Amino acid sequence: MSETTKLPKARLETRFSPKEPLMTKHDAVVEANRCLYCVDAPCIDSCPTSIDIPEFIRRIATGNREGAAKAILEANILGYSCGQVCPTEVLCESTCVFQEMEEEPIRIGELQHYATDNALEENIQFFEAGEPTGQKVALVGAGPASLSCAHRLRRFGHETTIFEAKERPGGLNTDGVAPYKLQADQSLREVEYVRQIGGIDIEYGTKVGEDVTLEELEDEYDAIFIGVGLGADNRLGVDGADLDGVWGAVEFIERLKVEDNFELPDGVDRVCVVGGGNTAIDVVRQMRGLDVDDVMMVYRRDEASMSGYDHEWEGAKKEGARGVWHAQPAEIIGDGQVEALRCRRTRTNDNGELEVVDGSEFDIPCDMIVLAIGQSKLGELFEDVEGLELDWGCVVVDEKTQQTGNAKYFAGGDCVSGGKEVVDAVEEGKVAARSIDAMLQGRDPAEAEDDARPVAVSGY
Amino acid sequence: MPDLSVDFAGIKSPNPFWLASAPPTNSGEQVMRAFDAGWGGAVWKTLGQPIVNVSSRFGSVDYGDRRMIGFNNIELITDRPLEDNFREIEEVKRHYPEHAVIVSLMVETKEEWKDIIQRSIDAGADGLELNFGCPHGMCERGMGSAVGQEPKVCEEITRWAMEYSDVPVIVKLTPNVTDITVPGRAATRGGADALSLINTVKSIIGVNLDEGVIEPKVKNKSSNGGYCGQAVRPIALHMTNQLAQDRQVDIPISGIGGVETWRDALEFIHLGAGTVQVCTAVMHHGYRIVRDMIDGTERFMREKGFETIDEMVGRALPSYDDWGNLDLNHEIIAKIDEDLCIGCQKCVAACHDGAHQCIHVEEGTRVPYIDEAECIGCNLCMYVCPVPDCIKMVEVDNGKDSMTWNEYTAAKERGEDVEHPGKSTHQTHF
Repeated sequence: MSETTKLPKARLETRFSPKEPLMTKHDAVVEANRCLYCVDAPCIDSCPTSIDIPEFIRRIATGNREGAAKAILEANILGYSCGQVCPTEVLCESTCVFQEMEEEPIRIGELQHYATDNALEENIQFFEAGEPTGQKVALVGAGPASLSCAHRLRRFGHETTIFEAKERPGGLNTDGVAPYKLQADQSLREVEYVRQIGGIDIEYGTKVGEDVTLEELEDEYDAIFIGVGLGADNRLGVDGADLDGVWGAVEFIERLKVEDNFELPDGVDRVCVVGGGNTAIDVVRQMRGLDVDDVMMVYRRDEASMSGYDHEWEGAKKEGARGVWHAQPAEIIGDGQVEALRCRRTRTNDNGELEVVDGSEFDIPCDMIVLAIGQSKLGELFEDVEGLELDWGCVVVDEKTQQTGNAKYFAGGDCVSGGKEVVDAVEEGKVAARSIDAMLQGRDPAEAEDDARPVAVSGY
Repeated sequence: MPDLSVDFAGIKSPNPFWLASAPPTNSGEQVMRAFDAGWGGAVWKTLGQPIVNVSSRFGSVDYGDRRMIGFNNIELITDRPLEDNFREIEEVKRHYPEHAVIVSLMVETKEEWKDIIQRSIDAGADGLELNFGCPHGMCERGMGSAVGQEPKVCEEITRWAMEYSDVPVIVKLTPNVTDITVPGRAATRGGADALSLINTVKSIIGVNLDEGVIEPKVKNKSSNGGYCGQAVRPIALHMTNQLAQDRQVDIPISGIGGVETWRDALEFIHLGAGTVQVCTAVMHHGYRIVRDMIDGTERFMREKGFETIDEMVGRALPSYDDWGNLDLNHEIIAKIDEDLCIGCQKCVAACHDGAHQCIHVEEGTRVPYIDEAECIGCNLCMYVCPVPDCIKMVEVDNGKDSMTWNEYTAAKERGEDVEHPGKSTHQTHF
């Protein structure tokens, strides 16, 4: 069964059109020719996977679109989704030298989407599995970190099996990325493409610790990669938190993206989204996209303190969302169904600490509340692994190798970082694969060659 | 996997991409970095008797925001001691035995030629290139293009070189001649193993209007330079084609002039070049451009089913013919895609002022239409249109048999009653 058949057709997400549609050839070539083809380009340094951006853009300019895709996928096998979901405004494009002359940076993300789209469409494969080593690696979770790790492990010739709790792969790319950036079918199409290297088995519906134990994995596999991401949405510890109409952000996005015939409940005109991060902004923008009249971002600090990206929030405001600042949820009001979010005002005291203002309660009437206040950590699944350390539920690894305190275990992605970008997970999976390969060959993972950085052939 | 390696007149190279004799091949350190980057060969910066170069050497033609679409220089041959060059050539060959090192030479007397050829071969040169092309400075001293422009001298010096050399000799030609086959045949008669072309075109790159001085300035003066870069490629392609078509020139050709991408290189190869040489694009972007040249060429070969470079050499040559042998009854006309048209009407001005007055606009609309009975299929509107695929040239079945100018005039001479070929319009009314 192909990956894309794992999705229902009637998905609410299909109502969203892409924020940045695929470039035409003309648009791509014109933009590619604008690129200066910088030497030791800063954009490469601000890409977590160190894609050789000037090289792939030059290849688009010379009419070598296939070669452009190869240059991207060599460094980042999930380059197709990253071209669409990466916050390029704060990564590669933020250091484009055009910024120094107050000119528009090169549209790197869109060019990357253009270059890779054709490779997926035509299923052009650039990489072959290595000579079989006979060694086996188990990967827990089928998200970007594990997929990146597994693909590279296959290039090294190791056998890979991914254990996935859900019935579909792709992790957040499939279930959690706002649909105006990437839709679930695009994510599954990419997974299918990545798996074309062969030998990346995925065991669906298999929870580690329940359906298969860590002891079993340790017995059967030579190394284990943990890429489980994050767990369920955090709940709000206030009265009324269990009323109908109180949702978790990740739960909401997932249902919007992959559930058959999912619709917003009738009569939802006013929605409060609690939080100040990118997931909160994603939900806000999607609610506006679904024509909800009044969408409010409720945040306990001020607008400038939000951890979400400025460019995303500016977009949300343009789309008609509004912010309610210095508001700390205190209670959810309603009779079975949400009727209002009761908040208290906050302020920053002289010591710079946030404090609640006594007697400042106010109600925000609403039909739905979406909580985007973080997700649970899944590290405790591995708390019994000897030597493996956890830090507030996140798996602790050596930054250079992605190896945990237990030499057989490696980890990457959100279960390590607590929540970063897809491109970070891809890089960590890639580094882990290199380290695992070194370990399996009896070498020190810390000495593994960094093959990610383009070779500096000019030696300036 | 396509094989990019070539055997050019006996000079073996891992790929057909060579650096031309110029600043990028000025030293061993540079050439070794170039080989590391992927270049298959390098033609060393021309060696000769000691010279001194001027300060301010290059000029550029920019077009809109595109830099250096044309480029010229008034730099001469190497200004480094010969001993240093030979020592470095030897070092490069020791480290890179598989790569091609060709030494470019330019001296005056027979004795000088004998000596410098011997020293080049002793240093390990895989081949020699005789610089009969440089159109500035050296030609004033009777060398460079002064030789390329005098067939007898060109043949004579080539003969000397062949006498003294036991490695392949390439003669580099100047485009500053009326007919490139004349020096091409002269070098062939002299026994050359191969030709390379074009050297630079004699040029004045521009005038600084504020100061009233020619660029590039040396103090308050300038001199004519050699023109190169993207802008000269059509001239170079033409001359490559002319020599490749010439039955009296039956030796390999190394194509030079405005090569920047794999596509440019393949165009030269399609017109008969066995290798290509690059300078300006490397001066602009660095040695790294060769990565895409190799990758793009390999992809093209896989897509088209070519396994070796040789299979592509001269592939487009049969498509060339004299103008008199082109079919005058072949008819194409322009079609405007009304849905794509943005209404700029660039095509209207181009057609009315620069072509055949057959694109018109109805009162009250922006989208022009073609008077198909009048359209003579010149392509101009297609080229001025800013929207990709908006104006296409399509073939018309006019029911006429093929008729060339040569056939027509021959039939008239025989006294036959032949219909005038071509399309009758308001201007031509045949």
